[in-house]
Amino acid sequence: MKTVKEINDKIKKGEVVVVTAEEVIDLVQKKGVKKVAQEVDVVTCGTFGPMCSSGAWFNIGHSKPRIKIGGGTCKLNDVPCYTGFAAVDIYLGATALPDDDPRNKVYPGEFKYGGAHVIQELAAGENVRLEAAGYGTDCYPRRKLDTLINIKDLNEAVLFDIRNCYQNYNVAVNLSDKPIYTYMGMLKPNLGNANYCSAGQFSPLLKDPYYRTIGIGTKIFLGGGIGYVAWQGTQHNPSVPRKENGIPSAPAGTLAVIGDLKQMKPQWLVGSSMLGYGVTLIVGIGVPIPILDEEALQYAAAQDKDIYTQVVDYSVNYPNCVGGSLGEVNYDELRSGKIIIQGKEVPTGSLSSYPKAREISEELKGWIRKGDFLLSEAVAPLPKVGSGYSFKMLKEKPILKKKE
Amino acid sequence: MVSKRIVLHFPHRLVNQPIVYKLVEEYDLQFNILKAFVTPEEEGLMVLELGGKRENFDKGVEYLQSCGVKIQPLSHDVVRNETKCTNCGVCVPICPTEAFVVDKKTRKVIFNDKKCIACELCIKICPPRAMEVHF
Repeated sequence: MKTVKEINDKIKKGEVVVVTAEEVIDLVQKKGVKKVAQEVDVVTCGTFGPMCSSGAWFNIGHSKPRIKIGGGTCKLNDVPCYTGFAAVDIYLGATALPDDDPRNKVYPGEFKYGGAHVIQELAAGENVRLEAAGYGTDCYPRRKLDTLINIKDLNEAVLFDIRNCYQNYNVAVNLSDKPIYTYMGMLKPNLGNANYCSAGQFSPLLKDPYYRTIGIGTKIFLGGGIGYVAWQGTQHNPSVPRKENGIPSAPAGTLAVIGDLKQMKPQWLVGSSMLGYGVTLIVGIGVPIPILDEEALQYAAAQDKDIYTQVVDYSVNYPNCVGGSLGEVNYDELRSGKIIIQGKEVPTGSLSSYPKAREISEELKGWIRKGDFLLSEAVAPLPKVGSGYSFKMLKEKPILKKKE
Repeated sequence: MVSKRIVLHFPHRLVNQPIVYKLVEEYDLQFNILKAFVTPEEEGLMVLELGGKRENFDKGVEYLQSCGVKIQPLSHDVVRNETKCTNCGVCVPICPTEAFVVDKKTRKVIFNDKKCIACELCIKICPPRAMEVHF
């Protein structure tokens, strides 16, 4: 029906019709799929939630004399970075903690500062202290470096998140009689609350459930700048059970994303502290879905009430990898503020921000309308349903002792 | 009848005196202690829900002030840093007094500080740490 090239031509001419993933729902209800598929060119999706497998690499430039941080140590504002590269390339993970952070020694730990906060401060243009140590070589004689750095002076600052944008997620509850502290937030005992984490009807992969247009090379809104889908995210798991509408009813696909951190904004990359769990980065992602045919629109018009997920106990089952769901609920029920689990009315809390997902979708819509953002076509697909690609648990193998 | 949540700051010299008792005996007021502690500076701090007849309430407050107790309405104490809040809503089911409500239309989280009892449960569970206590 339409091609990405035709849509891009319309964007250049200022004739493109873009609506958000929420607006498209009303439109389809009023006018029907057929008409809207002809009228609308792009649907913008958004999500803004904690995404732990995030991080950034930096090339800090060479000091005089030169230092080889590779194989040495490096800290940014006391947070250790990975240095196993060449001389001055480092990678900072979102969940990294200062060595002297008490972690959960005083339970539940507060995790006030870590890699995610450093990334946010760098994006905000703040100076960050870099302390590095190398072992010294003939070509890189320097052993120590202690300096302030600023993102604008770095050669590269690249956000590279190996798993973001989960296609659906569990609802977390606590069946035990003690409060527990998880990456899904504090869970009160005896089904005291039920926390969920998905933008639901705004969430990119829920609006393109079979990855028809979202693939490797898809251009996206990432942290307020422009980014790309780099690969399938880790733990990508397309073959989980799906409803008739094609939408997975459990955590499924994921994205690895990449983009220039220098363009990004601190309001869309927020360092966060999960009590008793750790530090994480809240990442803002927006994805455009080109409406190439009626099927694409049908998927893009899915509503919260069409999207189901599983309620999982995080006191015993999740930590011990015991499968099983305590029930299935949809996002409309979750957003009503209460769900029923085992006959009990349980108040719900969201970790992913719906208003921010809406804001991102609006922002991306604005970029496309103004002609600032052209769509890209995927250069390769994500592993799809039936590809055999799946998420596996670790099989531990015994370490055999050598005979003396 | 009037009922208000207030924060009382007791100076060092008053910490060991039965001041709240007098509110009952002499002013016929009802109280519910929501929180009480002595800070390292040895200032006593008490969060109180105080209720009774308007006239008595005002006299009771006057009495407290005459003793040297500083009074502050509770809503001043727990504040939301609006630039930090992402409106995720994880605080909503944690709050014991339902001071956080999700607006049906905007889906933004409304903080009703009149309902807040300053239990501080929301402070540490807020991922971007947008809730702040200012005692």
